[in-house]
Amino acid sequence: MSSPLRRDDVAHVAKLARLSLSSAELDMFTEQLGQVLEHANDMSSLDLDGVKPTAHPFELVNVVRKDEIRVSLDRDEVLAMAPDAQDGRFAVPRIMGEAP
Amino acid sequence: MTLPGDWEMVVGLEVHTELKTTTKMFCGCANHFGSEPNTNVCPVCLGLPGSLPVLNERAVELAMAIGMALHCTIAPSTFHRKNYFYPDMPKDFQISQYDLPINKGGYLDLPDGSRVTIERAHLEEDTGKSTHLGGSGRIHGADRSLVDYNRSGVPLVEIVSGPDIRSASQARAYASELRGILIATGASDGRMEEGSMRIDANVSVRKSGEPFGTRCEIKNLNSLRSLVRSIEFEARRQIELIEEGGVVRQETRHWDENLGETSTMRTKEEAEDYRYFREPDLVDLAPDDAWQQRVRDQLPPMPAERRATLSSRLIASNEAQLDAVEVVIDLHLEPYVHAAIDAGVEPALALARAANELAAGIENLDRMTTNGYCSTLLMEQSGELSATQAKTVLSELLAHGGDPKEIAATLGFERLSSESLAGTVAALIEQFPDEWMRYREGDEKLAQFFIGQVMKATKGQANGKSVIEQLQARR
Amino acid sequence: MTSAAEIAANVANGNSTANDELERSLEAIRARNDELNVFLYVDEQGARRQAAAVDEKVRRGENPGVLAGVPIAIKDNLCQRGIPTTCSSKILEGWRPPYSATVIERLLAAGAVPVGKTNLDEFAMGSSTENSAFGPTKNPLDPTRVPGGSSGGSAASVASDMTSVALGSDTGGSIRQPAALCGVIGVKPTYGLVSRYGLIAFASSLDQIGPFAKNVTDAAIVLEVIAGYDEMDSTSLHEPAPSLAAHVNDGVAGKRIGLVRDLVDGADNEVVEAVERAAQVLRDAGATIVEMSIPEFRLGLSAYYILAPAEASSNLARYDGVRYGLRVDADDVTAMNEATRTAGFGDEVKRRIMLGTYALSAGYFDAYYGQALKVRTLMIDAFARAYRDVDLLLGATTPSVAFKLGSKVSDPMAMYLSDIFTIPTNLSGEAAVSVPFGTGEAGLPTAVQLLGPARSEARLFAAARVLEIAEGHS
Ligand SMILES: [Mg+2]
Ligand SMILES: [Zn+2]
Repeated sequence: MSSPLRRDDVAHVAKLARLSLSSAELDMFTEQLGQVLEHANDMSSLDLDGVKPTAHPFELVNVVRKDEIRVSLDRDEVLAMAPDAQDGRFAVPRIMGEAP
Repeated sequence: MTLPGDWEMVVGLEVHTELKTTTKMFCGCANHFGSEPNTNVCPVCLGLPGSLPVLNERAVELAMAIGMALHCTIAPSTFHRKNYFYPDMPKDFQISQYDLPINKGGYLDLPDGSRVTIERAHLEEDTGKSTHLGGSGRIHGADRSLVDYNRSGVPLVEIVSGPDIRSASQARAYASELRGILIATGASDGRMEEGSMRIDANVSVRKSGEPFGTRCEIKNLNSLRSLVRSIEFEARRQIELIEEGGVVRQETRHWDENLGETSTMRTKEEAEDYRYFREPDLVDLAPDDAWQQRVRDQLPPMPAERRATLSSRLIASNEAQLDAVEVVIDLHLEPYVHAAIDAGVEPALALARAANELAAGIENLDRMTTNGYCSTLLMEQSGELSATQAKTVLSELLAHGGDPKEIAATLGFERLSSESLAGTVAALIEQFPDEWMRYREGDEKLAQFFIGQVMKATKGQANGKSVIEQLQARR
Repeated sequence: MTSAAEIAANVANGNSTANDELERSLEAIRARNDELNVFLYVDEQGARRQAAAVDEKVRRGENPGVLAGVPIAIKDNLCQRGIPTTCSSKILEGWRPPYSATVIERLLAAGAVPVGKTNLDEFAMGSSTENSAFGPTKNPLDPTRVPGGSSGGSAASVASDMTSVALGSDTGGSIRQPAALCGVIGVKPTYGLVSRYGLIAFASSLDQIGPFAKNVTDAAIVLEVIAGYDEMDSTSLHEPAPSLAAHVNDGVAGKRIGLVRDLVDGADNEVVEAVERAAQVLRDAGATIVEMSIPEFRLGLSAYYILAPAEASSNLARYDGVRYGLRVDADDVTAMNEATRTAGFGDEVKRRIMLGTYALSAGYFDAYYGQALKVRTLMIDAFARAYRDVDLLLGATTPSVAFKLGSKVSDPMAMYLSDIFTIPTNLSGEAAVSVPFGTGEAGLPTAVQLLGPARSEARLFAAARVLEIAEGHS
């Protein structure tokens, strides 16, 4: 876990997160994110093998709602938010590949 | 179709089925196919900032019903986020189940007696739908795309089989049996053409007995025909590649129905890093025994059980009868077959008329009473009606309803007297002396010829058995 | 400034009107908003309509609600139907939500008058409100200093008497820290007590909405109004809103309160002195003070700066230029997503998105995200052990008084350290209150933090009230 963050790692996560960075930004973020990860290394020295992970503060289970219709939004209001719309749909520039 | 040499294909299927709920998985918008675009949308299924998902109870119950029908264990489960960017996915992540699915470890027995294991059947949400403008209307070459989020958030169950399938026909049988189960549980309408059931196929090849080869995943097959053709093609492609000294690359492939071939969509290196993690806006799901029992109590008999019940009443079973059984099970026609057999109709006849005549008029089935069906078949069996006449009466009943006897009378379906039949036979013997000679000399095939001629002369009113009796008496 | 409780009473009994109270609030906003940049949007029209509706109810003799005519400031990460909601981000500039957060609906039903949306660090990521795309908010007590963050605008609204109460959200201290730096009360309720429906998510498992107020009673009244089960939030606790205002004078006699060294050590002297003096006041009021150490608290910052960015990286993926908000045009959809997000997000948001993406990515998940989830368990267990011995915990809210604008903004790690005392409660999901207590450098307020187990809000308010009375509040 003490792996120092590399410039390539930052470039990779930027791509995953759909952000583009200039070379100067790449340098800056590599250094800043590296500092945070270095601070996080105080967790790595801990042996937490038997410890159960907690994703939720409290253990609620089986929260469900009835299968009953609620009023949907008005389409004009929905499409008024859209940066671009056509024929009752949201419009986007061409999609380069099929969904994974 | 068999594969060359001692190659065999190894196939596992991932079947996605939309659930037939009233509302979507995480919001109260209508789950309805065919509405005007973007009319069944709300802050939740549009992924608006600040919105939160709340799980649909009915979706959970239908998922459990599917699991029970597939002999799975219903397990405590969690929801995860599967992160990737795509314009038809409003939150740019899909809520799905990951390491802890609601159903795990089951199996599905096929009509041919083979068993396919089920690894899991988990809940997830569907995406919206894109239409592509410009170019050929397909995604490639389009100028821009339009997105409709009516389907976004529709509940899905993804059923993942083990790599147990060894032929295209077995894959077909699996998909069709599964479809029957989904319809029986009420979970799905099974309409592949509307996309409510979609299949991904993982295909690899190996020489019998050897370890599994590298697999390719064919995405989004939306008919049984595409399923069969695509895995046949893919298995052959892999075998050819290996036999030419190449290696199969793990990748996702696209099936082109028109070209009849698969092509690379995405290589393993280009695969997304989905960064799965627990969905913090949803809590765990752990259906207790009482909830599970309520679902189990409402489970109707599955196709396999109904098929077994029906088959047990059939004396002889040949290929044609097995097909007829499938049709009857598929269309839920067995109440007619059982009633007819109970009334004394020969099982083979009771089955055949249901699989053909009732199936052909399925959209008018509500006009057909089991009584009407039984009495028509009894009239046929006693010789009161010929086969052709009986079929006509059945289609009349389906078209307009009514009483079989009255219909027969109205149509003038009088029983042909034996004197009248004898006269017809005598006239035909005179008309076809050569054929009669060959029949007398022992060529039994010509019996069929004379039956055909009698039917033609009597407009199908004669009974085949009586014609043979007449011919033999004169031999 | 009149308290919320007094305004509501005066409006209800006809000594004042909602309209007059609103005009007073709007006047205060006009007087200082240009200087302080507290409100990003003032909804004069909507507020006037709501005030008129409240006055009409009073005229008709109907119950106008417990917050009748009380102007309230709303952090701009809470959706209000038809009102621009930006999260202080360019990516949402101009967006008007087609729905309202549950807390807004509840405020309106209780007769409160939302006057507008307050500035914050972009997407609530920050501790100074300097990370706003629309400029920093200044501390009303010293405009050369930060108000804290991320709910700096809401804290400043109350501190500058623009409104008597405000709503904020607290993910790692974003209510308590600015409350401390602005000298007002700030409450981080138990996770699940207040519905998050309509709160624009930063880190879903940590976010919680809570009130700012000038005094404990007002905080209790506002929390009562917004708390309670909501079917639109699956993580909402299945229980009715607790009775809080009725218990603020219950005192602390017989209570055991843990003075936690790990929530004091490292703070400036004046802060340490404030905590020690608070301990004495509570002791004088009949509580037993127990010195204790909870070393796990020191791991909080590390776990938090993995968990919160991880959730954020996913929560903020939806800002892709397709459905709402900013779009920067490009040739294909992927390039459009990238251009939009690159132009729309500020540096701090980008930092956290990338940090979270990294922590969740293949190869690093177990070492960072997985390990942080386990540290979260340690934190919860440590709190549980402490609460077997004591009823409440006491410590500092922040290490220092309000710092100078610009002094930490270029050093993220230094900024993150200002949340070191507030983070543990977000990880455990439990309740905490920051109470102004004493004065430090340049006459700026110091504060102490009271922490309690889940659903201990009434007990926390009673203890906070003891400190408030000692500070001269009636
Ligand atoms: Mg899936
Ligand atoms: Zn919806």
